[in-house]
Amino acid sequence: MGVRKALTGNHAISYAVKLVRPEVIAAYPITPQTSIVEKLSEMVESGELDSTMIRVESEHSALAACYGAALAGARAFTATSSQGLLYMHEVVHWVSRARIPMVMAIVSRTINTPWNIWPDHSDFMDQRDAGWIMAYAMDNQEALDLTIQAFKIGEDPEVYLPVMVGIEGFILGHTTMPVEIPDEELVREWLGPRRQPYVVDGGSPIGVGGLTMPEETEDIFHGIQESMEAAKKVIERVDKEYGRLFGRSYGGLTQCYRCEDADYIAVAMGAWSGDLMEAVNTLRDQGYRVGVVRIRFYRPFPHEELWRYSGRAKGVIVFDRSISFGGWGPIFTDLVTGLAAYTDKLPALSNIVTGIAGVNITSEDFEKLVKRFVETVEKGGKPVFFEWFKKR
Amino acid sequence: MSQPRPKQPIPYNMRDAFLPGDAACSGCPIPMGWKTVHAALGGKVIYVIPACCSSVVVGTSPGHSLNATVVHVPFAAAASVASGIAEALEKRGITDVHVVAWAGDGGTADIGLATLSGAAERNNNMIYIMYDNEAYMNTGIQRSSSTPRGAWTTTTPVAGKAEQKKDVAKIMIAHNIPYVATASIAYPHDFYSKLQRAKSIKGFKFIHLHAPCPVGWRFEPQYTVKMARLAVETGLWVLYEYQNGKITLSGPSRPYMDPSKRKPIEEYIKMQGRFRNITQEILEEIRKSVELNWEWIRKFM
Ligand SMILES: Cc1ncc(C[n+]2csc(CCOP(=O)(O)OP(=O)(O)O)c2C)c(N)n1
Ligand code: SF4
Repeated sequence: MGVRKALTGNHAISYAVKLVRPEVIAAYPITPQTSIVEKLSEMVESGELDSTMIRVESEHSALAACYGAALAGARAFTATSSQGLLYMHEVVHWVSRARIPMVMAIVSRTINTPWNIWPDHSDFMDQRDAGWIMAYAMDNQEALDLTIQAFKIGEDPEVYLPVMVGIEGFILGHTTMPVEIPDEELVREWLGPRRQPYVVDGGSPIGVGGLTMPEETEDIFHGIQESMEAAKKVIERVDKEYGRLFGRSYGGLTQCYRCEDADYIAVAMGAWSGDLMEAVNTLRDQGYRVGVVRIRFYRPFPHEELWRYSGRAKGVIVFDRSISFGGWGPIFTDLVTGLAAYTDKLPALSNIVTGIAGVNITSEDFEKLVKRFVETVEKGGKPVFFEWFKKR
Repeated sequence: MSQPRPKQPIPYNMRDAFLPGDAACSGCPIPMGWKTVHAALGGKVIYVIPACCSSVVVGTSPGHSLNATVVHVPFAAAASVASGIAEALEKRGITDVHVVAWAGDGGTADIGLATLSGAAERNNNMIYIMYDNEAYMNTGIQRSSSTPRGAWTTTTPVAGKAEQKKDVAKIMIAHNIPYVATASIAYPHDFYSKLQRAKSIKGFKFIHLHAPCPVGWRFEPQYTVKMARLAVETGLWVLYEYQNGKITLSGPSRPYMDPSKRKPIEEYIKMQGRFRNITQEILEEIRKSVELNWEWIRKFM
């Protein structure tokens, strides 16, 4: 059915976009995102892909151009990182509040200053209140699959929201793995024609984004919140359909790894979840009943699933690759709030913020941190609630 | 002296262009501009409007008073959203719809300048109209780079603006786009024919529309057109078209090539409260910059 190719994470995303064939692509270069659009440009110029490329002068314009194109009835795609994402932040909000579906890839890179091109999740997390569906991949295959699914999810009438798909720069972005590329016709058929709540094409005069009274504006915002809730089912359904058609299913908002019978749950998002799973394998061999819940979708936040997996657990340890300065890691904050909705007897909790600014965290580090957590709880002690784990 | 020939009325029906319920101040130049745009382009227009007075003038959602599609966009994003719309329409085979980016001087000369320049360089298919009321009126009369030297604004409240007016039409000429024109709300026929020309050209068209604002310039609302006309008659605002490396002076400005035909600039300036504290020295500088502008125009004619 599909063909297998050795692809970097960035090129996996480019190939996903090629299968979807959005009418308009607009992007502005920034390391480590650049090779996505370079590859797409190559495809467009060689005639392999019949999308229109708008070579804009900034990220603000990249997303704005995609917004315009999507408003006018086109599938649109852009990709960015870090400073570029911050620079387009105004438009990020604009697109979701207009309820216009489109897809953006985020190749994570830490935020300046100082200049640093290594990844953490700070750029991605900076968008968490913007009303986008936010997905994060663990490997290159998932990067491709999620990018395709993102179009299907965002354009679902129960959702009608833009979707961002994150991967870590360099770790996935520039690392080659075998990736199966699904059949283009099947992808196109599955996606079907573009769906959106309204179209701006000069047909009948409408107004978009005009001055609105507080109550109406509030209704619009509340509508986004409701659609986020509805999106949970859509995401699961899309994952199942995708699995049926293309042979790969990941499990909805989260992926559960050896967590069904686990006494302890470790939570993480992104490529290093793989290292965490490896650490858990080692720990299991040593008799520690630990499982991993990997966040695939950060918005909508999978609080029910996290409760399902960790409700019985004695302890939950959360690894965050970004920090809300003055607070805690964002995943941890959401998770604790979510658990509090179901119980007033929380399991032992610990938040480890680490891997910031691209510091390399290995499966040995995870093993050490999780083991320490489990042993502390087993001995009846109170584990650290929050720790910034630095390698030096 | 011979009488000027009577002009054909511009073919529009007021209610085709404008519906009841707009929120313009009395004497506002914005609806005047839109009526002409509507007359020239008809209803099949998608206006892309960044933050500015116009975003308010259309009235509140869910209705709006402009009888065309209006897309409100972030302050710096008019030209880029319009680029996206234009490309998508092209891809979808829709060819009878005009994409008009309609932005103030702030959204054009300042925060949106990079965006404007980008879309112009890409030659995206749109008509970009900068209506120039020479300050940020929406936020309460702050200076923009298009505010003239000597003008009072709330951010140049004592000494008046110290710097010259940025000439965006010249910047656009430097982009080598297919069409650049200046216009004035006092000369709707001229503006109309420029829109007609712009409409027939594919690619990026830029029109710089002079639009006096009674509120921000401090004059009585019944004088908006008079003020706009005086700007032309004093030679301060020159109406022209630029195509293929050449400037063509427009009818209303032709007499004023000859400095002796121009009204004294004091006549324009003394009618506006914003120039109340202008010094003789600054007046001289303005006079000089008017001369320099005419000289520059002459070179390309
Ligand atoms: C990014 C951003 N900064 C500031 C503003 C506030 N703002 C709204 S309109 C405006 C001035 C608009 O001036 P201009 O473009 O000249 O149009 P006018 O209001 O004069 O019609 C400003 C500063 C904004 N909306 N967005
Ligand atoms: S402030 Fe000036 S430009 Fe703005 S709406 Fe009023 S008259 Fe029109």
